[in-house]
Formats: sequence, C-alpha cells, structure tokens
Amino acid sequence: MLAPFVEKQLPVEILGSGSKTKIGRPMQTAGAITTASMHGIWMYEPTELVMSAHAGTPLAQIEAELAANNQMLAFEPSDIGPACGGRRGTQTIGSVFATNSSGSRRITVGAARDHLLGIEAVSGRAELFRSGGRVMKNVTGVDLCRGVSGSWGTLAVLTEVTFKVLPAPEKTVTLVYRGLPDDIGVELMCAAMRLPYEVSGTAHLPQSIAARLETAVLAEHGESITALRLENFEKSVDYRSNAMRAALKVYGEPIMIGSTASFEFWGELRRLSVLPYNEQTCLWRISTAPLKGPKVVAAIRRHMPVEVYYDWSGGLIWVEVPASADAGASDIRRAVAVHGGHATLIRAAASVRSSVEVFQPQSPLAERIIRGLKTTFDPLRLLNPGRMYANH
Amino acid sequence: MSLRMPVPDKATIARRGEIVAKLQKIAGSNAVIADEDGRRTFETDGLNAYRAMPLVVVLPQTTDEVAAILRYCHGEGIKVVARGAGTSLCGGALPLEDAVVVGVSRMNKVLELDYDNRFARVETGITNLAISNAVAAEGFFYAPDPSSQLACTLAGNLAMNSGGAHCLKYGVTTNNVLGMKVVLMDGEILEIGGPHLDAEGYDLLGLMVGSEGQFGLITEATVRIIKAAEGARPMMIGFPSSEAAGQCVSAIIASGIIPVAIEFMDKPAIEVCESFAKAGYPMDAEALLIVEVEGSEEEINDLLARIAAIAEPFAPTTVQISSGPAQSAKIWKGRKSAFGAIGRISDYYCMDGTIPLSQLPLVLRRIGEICGSHGLKVANIFHAGDGNLHPLILYEANDPQQAERAERAGAEILTLCVEVGGCLTGEHGVGIEKRDLMTTQFSQVDLVLQMRIKTVFDPDWLLNPGKVFPLEMLSGTGLPDAA
Repeated sequence: MLAPFVEKQLPVEILGSGSKTKIGRPMQTAGAITTASMHGIWMYEPTELVMSAHAGTPLAQIEAELAANNQMLAFEPSDIGPACGGRRGTQTIGSVFATNSSGSRRITVGAARDHLLGIEAVSGRAELFRSGGRVMKNVTGVDLCRGVSGSWGTLAVLTEVTFKVLPAPEKTVTLVYRGLPDDIGVELMCAAMRLPYEVSGTAHLPQSIAARLETAVLAEHGESITALRLENFEKSVDYRSNAMRAALKVYGEPIMIGSTASFEFWGELRRLSVLPYNEQTCLWRISTAPLKGPKVVAAIRRHMPVEVYYDWSGGLIWVEVPASADAGASDIRRAVAVHGGHATLIRAAASVRSSVEVFQPQSPLAERIIRGLKTTFDPLRLLNPGRMYANH
Repeated sequence: MSLRMPVPDKATIARRGEIVAKLQKIAGSNAVIADEDGRRTFETDGLNAYRAMPLVVVLPQTTDEVAAILRYCHGEGIKVVARGAGTSLCGGALPLEDAVVVGVSRMNKVLELDYDNRFARVETGITNLAISNAVAAEGFFYAPDPSSQLACTLAGNLAMNSGGAHCLKYGVTTNNVLGMKVVLMDGEILEIGGPHLDAEGYDLLGLMVGSEGQFGLITEATVRIIKAAEGARPMMIGFPSSEAAGQCVSAIIASGIIPVAIEFMDKPAIEVCESFAKAGYPMDAEALLIVEVEGSEEEINDLLARIAAIAEPFAPTTVQISSGPAQSAKIWKGRKSAFGAIGRISDYYCMDGTIPLSQLPLVLRRIGEICGSHGLKVANIFHAGDGNLHPLILYEANDPQQAERAERAGAEILTLCVEVGGCLTGEHGVGIEKRDLMTTQFSQVDLVLQMRIKTVFDPDWLLNPGKVFPLEMLSGTGLPDAA
C-alpha cells in the first residue's frame, strides 16, 4: 500500500474516512491513501472484553456490534470532524486511535490509548510492525501502541487495532444543575468527583452554549447547565443519585434525566453539536487542571469574545473565538502558559492553520525527541508531513 | 543460571577510584557507596539467582544531582543502571560490574497533593503504598497495587509499568500517570505532561512508562489519585476444578459486572497461603476465586449475591462472603503474601505471562505437564480478570541442576503463553529474564523499531544495557550492531 510512495519518496496523506482532513496543519502531498477498504471486525470475545478490527472499519459498525452485546467503547470516542466541516458519523476505528479521540467518560475510564491493546501498522519505511497483543496486561517491550496513538498518521499507518471493551451500563442518570456561573459550575463538578460515586461524566455549558442544545428537555431552560452523569446497575444509580443530591444540595436542586435523554445529551457532546461548523469562528481545545479551566477562560476573555464549554470536570475546555489572522493563538497560548496545560487549534481556515502552530509548541528538548521519533518511524518524512509540526 | 550478560569493560572498572571521587564531588560522600560490603547490598534484585557487584552506587537527593551524575557518566561513556527498591522480579535492576548504580530511594518526598484536581506530585523514590497512605485521610488512593507495594518504589513501577490485583478496574501504571520529570542520559531534564489530561502530541509519557530504565531516569511524577468507594468486600468461591473456576470468571464478566479484582489460586497455592495466613481458604477446593466488589453496603450485597448466583451452575464447593473487615484483611493477606508464604517452604521462580482467559484450562494443564517433565512442582496464582498468570515454580536454589531446570520450565511456560495468543510479561517486565525470549513474541522488524526508539532517548546505549533486547541483536558491548 505504502511501498510505491516510499519507493518514489513521495509524501502521502493518510486517511480513514477523511472526516478530519481539515484538522492539523495543511500538507503538501503527492497523493492520499485510505484505510477505508480495510474493514471488518475479525475477532470479538465479549467474555474477554476484547475486539480486533481492521483500521478502516467504521466506528458506527463497531459500536453497533458492541451494543448488540450490551458492551461499549468506554472512552466514548468523540466525533470532532463535523465541527470542522467533515461528515458526521463516518469516522473509522483507526482514526479514533490515531487521534486518541476520547469523550466525556475519559475522566474515569481513561483515554482512547488506554484502551488500545495491540496494533499492526506500517511505518514510513514501508515495514509492517506489531506491538501489544490481545490481552489486557502486557508490558513486553516498548509500548508502541501508545507511541502511535495520538500521532495523527505522522508515524505509521494503522492497519489493525485490538482494543478493550467494557459492559454497557444498565442505567444512566444525569443530574442537571441550572444557572451556575462557570467557576461555581466547575467547583460543583470537582466536588462531585470527590464523592465515592464514580461520576462518569461532568460538563458545564454556559447559558449561550446550552441554548444551542438539541436535547429539548435541557435547551428550554434558558440557563447554564452543569451535568453530572451516573452509570451503573439500576440499584446503584438510584442509590448514588440520591446520595449525590444530598451531598451537593448547596448547589441547588438538579433536574434528573434518565437513560434515553442522557444518551441524547452526552451524544451531543460527543459530536460537538453545540459548536457547529462555522467559518466565522475558530475552535480551540484546551486541556488544563480542572480548577484552572475558568481562570484560563477569563484570561482569554480579556482579549477576545469567547464561547466555551467545559468537559472533564473543567479540565477540557472547548473555546470558540472570532476568526482572525492568528485565531487568537498568541493570547490563548499565553493564558495556557500561565495556568498550565496545552491548547490545540481544531478549526480555522487553512491559511491560519499553516501560519500558526496548530498543536501545542514543545520545549526544545521535547522537540528533539519528537524529531527523533519521526525520523525513526518515517525517515523520509513521507507520512502526513508537517501535519502536526512544521518541521516534521 | 544460564543468561549471559554483556562483557564488562575492563577500562571502566580500572577507573573505579577516579569515578568514585568524581561522584562524591557531585553528590557528596554520604551519597556514594563504594566499599565492598555496601555495594554487595545492591548486587541483585528480586531475581536473586543473578548477581553482579556494581562499580559504585550513588543515592542522589535531587533531580539536579541526578542530572549532574548522568551528565558526567555520559561525558565519560560510563554505563548507568537505575534502581528503585530493587524488587524487580525480572532482573531489571541487576547491576553491571562496569556500571554506576543510581538509586532514587532517598528521593521520596510528596511534593504536592491536590484533591480537587485529583493528582499527587511525588518524587519517584517514594514507595507505592506511601502514595496511597499520603492521600488516605481524604479517602483517596493511588490505584496500581503490586504485591510488593510496601517496598517497591514508584520509579520502579514506572519503569516496569507495574500492575497488581486491583488493576482489572483501575488500570495499570501507564493508565494512572499524568506527568513526569525525566533526566535523560546526557543530563538534560525533560518535563512531560502535568496535572492536565492527554496533552496532544506524541505520547512521550506512554513511551517512558515501561521503558525499563533504558530511556531516562524518572525523578518526579504526577499521578492520578482516585476517590475510594464507600466500601469494598471480597468473597471466596471454591471450585472442584480449575476449568470450572475459569468458566465462572468468564460468566461474571459476561454478566456486565467488572469486579475490582478477581484472583485465582490453585490447590497448591491455597494450601501454602492458608497455612501462612489462616484466612479460612477452602481446603477441599481444587481452585479458589477471590472476587472483590466495591460500593455502599447495599450495593456490595447486591453485587455479591449476583456473583454467587452466577457461580452456582459451576458447582462451587464453597461460596463464602467475607464476614467483615477483619476477615477481608485476612483473605487479602493470604493472597498478597503468597510469594512470601511459598518462599518459606521452598525456593521458587515466579513467572508472569498473560493469556486470553479462554485458554486457561489448556494453559494450566500444560503448565503442570511442563513442570512435571522437569521434575518440578508448581503453584499457580493468577489475576484472573485480566489473564495475568503467576506460576511459581518450586525448586532447590542450591542445586544448580534444579535451578537450570526451573529456568527452562519457565521459558517453556512463557513461550506457551505467546503461542496461545498471550504475551511474555503482564506486569513484571522483560529485564534479563525474558530478554532472549523476545523473538518468540516480536519479529526482527518489531524489535529493531523498538531499539531505534531506545536510541532516540539514549543514543549511546548507556542506560541499563544488556536488558530487554536479545543479546544476539547486540554486540559484545551491549550496543546494537546496527548503531
């Protein structure tokens, strides 16, 4: 598949379904290869909580197969393509791991890469390699699964992935608190995470963002919402939701939404429905320590109007800013530098993405390691060249 | 024992006096152990069949001291072996005669505890259990819990990506680390991650964890701390056969319950642990599962009742729910002290392979056959939920022939694990023990790629050489032939 490009030393764009092509730095390539033709689940052992699929298998097919067995991908992969003009619901399982795409449940169960058990991939040397396996615990050799996950196709082309799956919850309840300002909403989320009830999702949507929700039962209130999700066996959810309400009563009386509406609401967050594609704005993804979230936002707001919402109990902030020549990069990166964390420019015009650093700039030492890794996997710089970092 | 190590460099050994003096200047004479008796304390680790007198041992107290030591060694081309508490079961911390041992045991401070943001920042010489103890008053804990948690350091856990009995629910070390400070071999200090989750970019954190002291020396780490459940309680289920126990584990997981831990012991293991811990283990069972669940009292009762019902079709000989904290502690004491208990009756060689659960009956039968064919006895302890086997091969260490046979049986067991779709090591690491078996799991291309990554972090291959990668892929000096 890659060999002709490597032989002729031609740079190549690596695609799954192509739903995220407008994310990252624009590239100059001689062609593209897609893994979409390599599809199919070839191993699924529900009692061992493990599945293997060819990288081009649509995520939707995998989630349907899991749902039929009351199981799920616990890290709740997000679908950020639509927010950047890509098609909704088309992404492949390979791209989920290549971009380490994790949703709201990440705060309790870990990221995509925490669920990746084994890979088969082709490096920029056109060599097929494997790492990991199909078992839950494996510390044999260098962990290339994690190394490749999140590298956005710049190190290797995933051809097969083996990953951990988990039982789907019997019941879901979301406690929704209304009308809290950002800092109190984040405080509430952190307080909830300090309770022994395994809260599996915490998000705060200020009033203007909550108004964009399609989930009718939540959009109609016209207030900010702070949502806390509990998932478990029915008895546990009933007990824990009551205990939580009591423990957090100082924050008001929440409305409780059940499994169906919860699925709809958290599903909206998974696909960023509240931040739809819009060429007049740019979109940033900022990761910081949870309590720092509102501080980062306040610092950015001093320089530009922003629309935000908080996930991961305040640690993941999606920030929408007006389109500008640098998408607000210098002010945003300064705010993040002060409070700690990192910022990634998810949506901006191609001209902007080629002139500012899309991914968080690295220290010179980390840069040296990153360059070394790129050279190790892809010495000719053929795979998605420049997509993450201008020089490699 | 039969594993070869790289030939020590005589010229370095000849310079010992000069190296000791320089290290004393960098870290202070109290930090340097140069006398023979002192060095002997460090000559082995948990794989104590292998020994080598270290060139010199240095126990720095700050990251800057570590950086200065590595910078000096790098400049002089001196090898370095990093060491935590020296509990590695695979020879990961085995010294080399021509290498400086840099131990982090004096760097054991808690630097920052943050319950709202749910992290602890610590120096890596801290013991695993001390992290949980530091946050216990607030009802938090650090999840990975290797059996050696009282002694082993976080540094060693990071190097080996350690697991433990409770990792079924909470993941292993790599899933619980947010950031770290790493001293590279040239003395540069690399900071990765922090209190935030999932920095974009290549996962340097993920590459460092499990790199067995070959990429850098980790001096500080930010780890995730988790709020403990309201309560936890184990139950014991005895079975007439290992097959029935294995099938019951599958049935529990198929039901949608993920217990915090599912531990398996076979009859020989049950007998030894019971005589040690008096935990009330069922002596008539061929196999025992210890299943622990968490939650409120009511939730625990509900889950344990469900599990008892799931176990019923597999004709359990015993179903016993822990009567309270005292019995729970005994049940876990028996399991967690299994290695020590078996060590009282015999020398043993502790293996660590992982298999797909469906292969359990076949693998247990074959383990018995393999050990039998070498005239050795075996006891099996097993993190059943995630397929991580710990066969303990019993042998007489003073009998070189038996020791040799134990090692051969171990290699055959690990090869079997790979053949049935598993892997060579679930949580102990490769070290020297499984180094020469790596070719059974990886192709030449896979291994060369891994070695090239090692070269990115440590271009001169000075850090913990002679481990992880098969010696035949390295030259006599421990450097890759291709380098």
